[in-house]
Amino acid sequence: MRPEVALPVLLPLLSGAISLLFWRSRPMQRFTAVAGNLALLVVALWLMASVSAEGYVTIQMGGWEAPYGITLVADMLSAVMVVLTAMIGLALAVYSLASTGPDHEKFGYYPLMHLLLAGVAGAFLTGDIFNLYVWFEVMLVASFALLILGGEKAQMEGAIKYVTLNLLASVIFLTAIGLLYGMVGTLNMADIALRLAEAEHRGMVEVLAVMFMVAFGIKAAAFPLFFWLPASYHTPPVAVSALFAGLLTKVGVYSLFRVFTLMFDETMDYTQDLLIWGAALTMVTGVLGAAAQYEFRRILSFHIVSQIGYMILGLALFTPLAIAGGIFAVMHNIVVKTNLFLISGVTRRLQGTYQLKKMGGLYRERPWLAVAFFISAFSLAGVPPLSGFFAKFVIVRAGIEAEAYVVTAIALAVGLMTLYSMVKIWHEVFWKALPEDNLVPEVEMVAGDDSRMVKPSLWLMYLPVGWLALCAVLIGIYAQPLMEIMAIIGDQLTNPRGYIEAVMGQEAHGSDALLEAPSGEARP
Amino acid sequence: MEPVMAVAIGLLYAAAIFMMLRRSIVKLVIGLMLLSNAANLLIFTSAGMTRGAPPLIPEGMLVPPGPVADPLPQAVVLTAIVIAFGVLAFAVVLIRRAYEIVKADDLDKMKDTDT
Repeated sequence: MRPEVALPVLLPLLSGAISLLFWRSRPMQRFTAVAGNLALLVVALWLMASVSAEGYVTIQMGGWEAPYGITLVADMLSAVMVVLTAMIGLALAVYSLASTGPDHEKFGYYPLMHLLLAGVAGAFLTGDIFNLYVWFEVMLVASFALLILGGEKAQMEGAIKYVTLNLLASVIFLTAIGLLYGMVGTLNMADIALRLAEAEHRGMVEVLAVMFMVAFGIKAAAFPLFFWLPASYHTPPVAVSALFAGLLTKVGVYSLFRVFTLMFDETMDYTQDLLIWGAALTMVTGVLGAAAQYEFRRILSFHIVSQIGYMILGLALFTPLAIAGGIFAVMHNIVVKTNLFLISGVTRRLQGTYQLKKMGGLYRERPWLAVAFFISAFSLAGVPPLSGFFAKFVIVRAGIEAEAYVVTAIALAVGLMTLYSMVKIWHEVFWKALPEDNLVPEVEMVAGDDSRMVKPSLWLMYLPVGWLALCAVLIGIYAQPLMEIMAIIGDQLTNPRGYIEAVMGQEAHGSDALLEAPSGEARP
Repeated sequence: MEPVMAVAIGLLYAAAIFMMLRRSIVKLVIGLMLLSNAANLLIFTSAGMTRGAPPLIPEGMLVPPGPVADPLPQAVVLTAIVIAFGVLAFAVVLIRRAYEIVKADDLDKMKDTDT
């Protein structure tokens, strides 16, 4: 038994159940949120340690051997993603103590947050394609409810688009699973990989690859399927925005990496161009969309889209180095993007608005907040020595090595445009003087309405902001050891043999033995 | 049986997409319902349909005597039905609340969060 593989899924479910039991007790729910996510971080680090030592850790649920039961499997990619999930979960739990008002907490904010984290961790750890679908749905249902918590008009409008397009993606995903099962007769991803390699209808495999690409592309908000994201991410309470921005699209990106490196690696000659140009257009449209915006969270939402392009480019180039760079970009982006959303919440608390035109003067008022923003924003734009620089550097280098010059040039130009947007926010929010029509009394009223304890609550907001900004700096400083971890991921993903053996057992159980095993199925 | 099912599934997908492209949010949700049912039927059909052969093993044997229906797609479809039910229940409540707040059954009136 390897409990550390299952615990990252079970712990948030348990924390969620505990906070449901204390439905009426606000202090108990708040305590559970912080304690539960702290425990999750500990378990995630335990998983990371095990994976570092052994390479792959698997657990067969219910004692049913693969491919008959559901396998939970952690390779280095899963472990890194789970650690990041726990880090963001803990930061958000602390931040929510201050930012989420009692009117949201009363309607199950914390239980939903735990459920969302369970869904995310489950998606990262499962080795079964239908189970992946189930975790996606767990995550989606929790995100639906979080998105409309509060019930404002903008939230409803955003939620309709979010719900529709995500359900459409889920149905495409489910359809692809159905057709895949019809073809190979198994749902275990490692087993599917073995059998797809021997499949006769290559055309059908390519169709399936594209269906998975579309389904996960919608979830990851890739061009041209990203419209639900800028329409909805700026509507919910800021802690919810930050949680979504950090984790949800990255689950789509993770699934693309997993499916295309494990199952559809042989269709790459057909799908590679689609992925590369999809990635390039994602980067460009995202960054251009952001350039037109003057609302803090909307700018950030469009930048999520643009950054997704870098990650997908890492996958599309499909060399170990490019994949390592792509995952480095995921890691950097989860930390930095979440932090930028958290900072937008702090400035909203201080100045009562998200409209850049109405804000200003924060550099003088809150220099440390300005420093935290500066670090995160310039890290996003890829300024050395911060975290974003190394992500971009590795991807660009992989692009040049793969001789994909056009798309590499686009990636560099988009970095410049990102800098433009970040400088715009810096100038409007921190540098220029506060415009006179933003009345200070209004600001105090907003702060007072959200929570009575204005002063301590601001510290609870600064704490996660400072912690994540520190992470962005540390990722930059310790880029070399982190890059070694990423190199392991790139190695593991480009050699799926290890993953398959870890799930299916040793070489003796290789593909031939499994294909001949009596399965009791009626196959035509 | 499979050709009939294939045509029926195709019609369901087409009807679902048509409904989702309408402006009314009620029709949008009807489209989502049809879409999830179409996907469920597709799993059921593409996994192979076997008539009148439940996957039961008689006493004293270790494997079923003849070809039997594959039980896994049925379990998968059952799970998918339950998930779709929960999600659609949410969607129905959502459009009701949206209708109360926006006061229109028209997606063209819900463009405040775009651009």
